[in-house]
Amino acid sequence: MKVLVAVKRVIDYNVKIRVKADHSDVDLTNVKMAMNPFCEIAVEEAVRLKEKGVATEVVAVTVGPKAAQEQLRTALALGADRAIHIETDERAESLAVAKLLAKVVDEEQPGMVILGKQAIDTDNNQTGQMLAALTNLPQGTFASEVTVDGDKVHVTREIDGGLQTVALTLPAIVTTDLRLNEPRYAKLPDIMKAKKKPMDVKTPADLGVEVASKVSLLKVESPAERKGGIKVASVDELIDKLKNEAKVL
Amino acid sequence: MSILVLADLHEGQLAGATAHVVAAAKAIGGDIDVLVAGEGVQAAAEAAAKLDGVSKVRVADNAVYAHQLAEPMGALLVELADGYTHVLASASTTGKNVLPRLAALKDVSQLSDVLAVDSADTFKRPIYAGNAIATVKSDDALKVITVRTTGFDAVGDGGSATIEAVDTVVDNAQSSFVKQELAESDRPELGGAKVVISGGRGMGNGENFKLLDGIADKLGAAIGASRAAVDAGFVPNDMQVGQTGKIVAPELYIAVGISGAIQHLAGMKDSKVIVAINKDDEAPIFQVADYGLVGDLFEILPELESKL
Ligand SMILES: Cc1cc2nc3c(=O)[nH]c(=O)nc-3n(C[C@H](O)[C@H](O)[C@H](O)COP(=O)(O)OP(=O)(O)OC[C@H]3O[C@@H](n4cnc5c(N)ncnc54)[C@H](O)[C@@H]3O)c2cc1C
Ligand SMILES: Cc1cc2nc3c(=O)[nH]c(=O)nc-3n(C[C@H](O)[C@H](O)[C@H](O)COP(=O)(O)OP(=O)(O)OC[C@H]3O[C@@H](n4cnc5c(N)ncnc54)[C@H](O)[C@@H]3O)c2cc1C
Repeated sequence: MKVLVAVKRVIDYNVKIRVKADHSDVDLTNVKMAMNPFCEIAVEEAVRLKEKGVATEVVAVTVGPKAAQEQLRTALALGADRAIHIETDERAESLAVAKLLAKVVDEEQPGMVILGKQAIDTDNNQTGQMLAALTNLPQGTFASEVTVDGDKVHVTREIDGGLQTVALTLPAIVTTDLRLNEPRYAKLPDIMKAKKKPMDVKTPADLGVEVASKVSLLKVESPAERKGGIKVASVDELIDKLKNEAKVL
Repeated sequence: MSILVLADLHEGQLAGATAHVVAAAKAIGGDIDVLVAGEGVQAAAEAAAKLDGVSKVRVADNAVYAHQLAEPMGALLVELADGYTHVLASASTTGKNVLPRLAALKDVSQLSDVLAVDSADTFKRPIYAGNAIATVKSDDALKVITVRTTGFDAVGDGGSATIEAVDTVVDNAQSSFVKQELAESDRPELGGAKVVISGGRGMGNGENFKLLDGIADKLGAAIGASRAAVDAGFVPNDMQVGQTGKIVAPELYIAVGISGAIQHLAGMKDSKVIVAINKDDEAPIFQVADYGLVGDLFEILPELESKL
């Protein structure tokens, strides 16, 4: 079976973000960008499925500007076989991304699509679910274990109260949680090889999808800053402060 | 305006989150209906009918909705959404799993994790792990929204809504429930507790988390953890606080052996009072803590327990 993995270019998770002075958005000039951590986990899972002989081909796809090809090359270095870049400089939000991915699913007919459960920039946690609805496929979100068993896949999901396992007919959509696996690092020879792997470039227009959204971003602000407090010298002082100053005990 | 709230259930009972989502619906204004969907959910429906501000509770009680699997729940919501201007659910793992399916099938965007209502079409939501707050306006005819419960105080219990059965039954041949392992605990839910005490990698192992038990008992606290503690297998995943775990905003949050990574802070920095216990006096957690105590947690915790 073919596995499609969606990867997103986002700000590196170590970077402390700044809001622009005019409050129009977050300032992304010259900040380090990387593959969304949940997408790394998605690529790793797809590559492991191939190593286990369950998957025959791993195709990585991204929607984004030209520079997002860096993240596709990373996916190729980690073991994806080929890549599809849907190039757009527009702000493509979850619904548009899901529509574009649905077209790719139509063309590629994968047995499974793996996405991250959320992107750490917009923190939407929507794209996989939307893709599942648009393609009329079942979904296993927030996965911490994925086991393919014949024409079904068992997905263990991290839910609020603990863990839930569902069985889905294939093809299915899976979104990754943090504990699904530990992604490997790309080795230098693989990074070199990745440069020669095929990459197909398309535009949203080629796929007949309108990227514009009805949601507009009016303003971006920094959250109310918490001022650091004081250091107390002992447990006694701590209890005293909590009782008499903060009045929470 | 007319708003449909999808009720959150916990083992068939109405979960506390729903009263917060109804509060968000009240902030938008208009008629508020609550949908209770599941199997054997009459008691939950009756509890929802008591929530302040609810006019009608719609109950879809059928085996196909058991465990609120995404596929049948999404299909049910698509059937019921007509006539509503807003559909709301809590940003729980159920709300997050189900609502985007409705949005996609109605060809509208979803606004995730809304923490404030500016008007019926303009909302505030956190982005970049809460390091920025975006104000977004939706011109979609139907607004599909998940609500961050810590942003809205729960409504009270004064209501007496009518209860109406929904007989829509959808098919689901695509997904089935296999099993569930829910953590059993006598302690309050992390999301609703007034006091939370969390342990991090500094706890060293799962056994040492017992050091938090006595303190939690005395304070009526829920126990949380950092991702490092969960990843290391000290405690189960549902205890994780942070960007990708639970978001909490208790009166008092005590962080023990937690360094204060931004992803952890994203889950607790709206707490009213924060206490940090850490042996490294430069740990970033102290930058957000109201009261910091530098020292070895293995000495401090027993002393704290005995003196409380
Ligand atoms: C308020 C706001 C401001 C924005 N500002 C900008 C901006 O300034 N510049 C800009 O370029 N975009 C901007 N966007 C778009 C945004 O970066 C996302 O592309 C979009 O919102 C998708 O949501 P998400 O990534 O949070 O989805 P999620 O549902 O959180 O993502 C889950 C998974 O879906 C997959 N996925 C998501 N997006 C893509 C993608 N593009 N390609 C491949 N797979 C993907 C990944 O596997 C990812 O792990 C903005 C969006 C919003 C809501
Ligand atoms: C995409 C992504 C999502 C993430 N989501 C989350 C999330 O939701 N929640 C989360 O928590 N993290 C999350 N993380 C992980 C986060 O970046 C940190 O790695 C994690 O929070 C660190 O946990 P910690 O503070 O327990 O461990 P460490 O950073 O290792 O800190 C341990 C602390 O314990 C102290 N300590 C050690 N021994 C003692 C002692 N005897 N007495 C007192 N103090 C002691 C040390 O001084 C240190 O400060 C995420 C990361 C990524 C990339």
